[in-house]
Amino acid sequence: MGDSFLAVVMFYFLAAVAVGGAVMVAFSRNIVHSAFSLLATFAGVAGLYALLSSELVAVIQLLVYVGGVLILILFAVMLTSRIDEARVSNRSFGIVPGAALLVAMCAVAFYLASTVFAGRELPGPAEPTVERIGHELLGRFVLPFEIVSVLLLAALLGGVTLARGSARTEAAERAEGD
Amino acid sequence: MSIGLGHYTAVSGLLFALGLYTLITRRNAVAVLMGVELILNAGLVNLVAFSRFSGGSIDGQIFALFGIVLAAAEAVVALAIVLQLFRAFRSVDASETRELKG
Repeated sequence: MGDSFLAVVMFYFLAAVAVGGAVMVAFSRNIVHSAFSLLATFAGVAGLYALLSSELVAVIQLLVYVGGVLILILFAVMLTSRIDEARVSNRSFGIVPGAALLVAMCAVAFYLASTVFAGRELPGPAEPTVERIGHELLGRFVLPFEIVSVLLLAALLGGVTLARGSARTEAAERAEGD
Repeated sequence: MSIGLGHYTAVSGLLFALGLYTLITRRNAVAVLMGVELILNAGLVNLVAFSRFSGGSIDGQIFALFGIVLAAAEAVVALAIVLQLFRAFRSVDASETRELKG
């Protein structure tokens, strides 16, 4: 089954956006640029989900990653690096092993993609999956679903408690500010 | 011309490799977290792609949804720890922070 020309063009465009963003994240020397490039990666991956006709996952990806995780990362970047240090290079450790590993991983990825997973075509036109996912989440997967809600509560409380800090660190910061 | 499973695994393999590179070459703790997010996204692309190409099954999509939630929870706690690290050491350099005791 051949895809329409538009689908092929869309795939290559979205893949280029996602991988290009990831390249910027990996190689940009400015951490603020890295954080903003992550936006391209997350949006491109969301587009790939939509292209795989997983509408719900695409929307959740946009909401959670672009709307939540990325904002958190940007906050962390802004709060932890002083502006005049924004250009300080972070790369000092293992460039050569890192590059070797990068090349090896890319080779493995392309080998697998061109041999093991090659020739697997789409099984047929996709049906809407949102309703089925809802039924499955409250049916077969109801226990993980509920456990995740407890986990989110724990993460919320843990995040607030950790980020707020103890009274001692606050007092120390106040003393430092004076 | 058509887009097969191999195309999607190639994209996710590239994302994984770049995330791993970010993870091991950066010393800034926030940048290391960005690498972790890239790796998680690569895994989720694989889950959704396998789910689509397996024909009819949506388990992969449900796993991807759980994965997104876990990644968000991980990011919240990790970034809170990074903030505390910055308060204690005035730095988020992963190789300079060597003490656990504040």
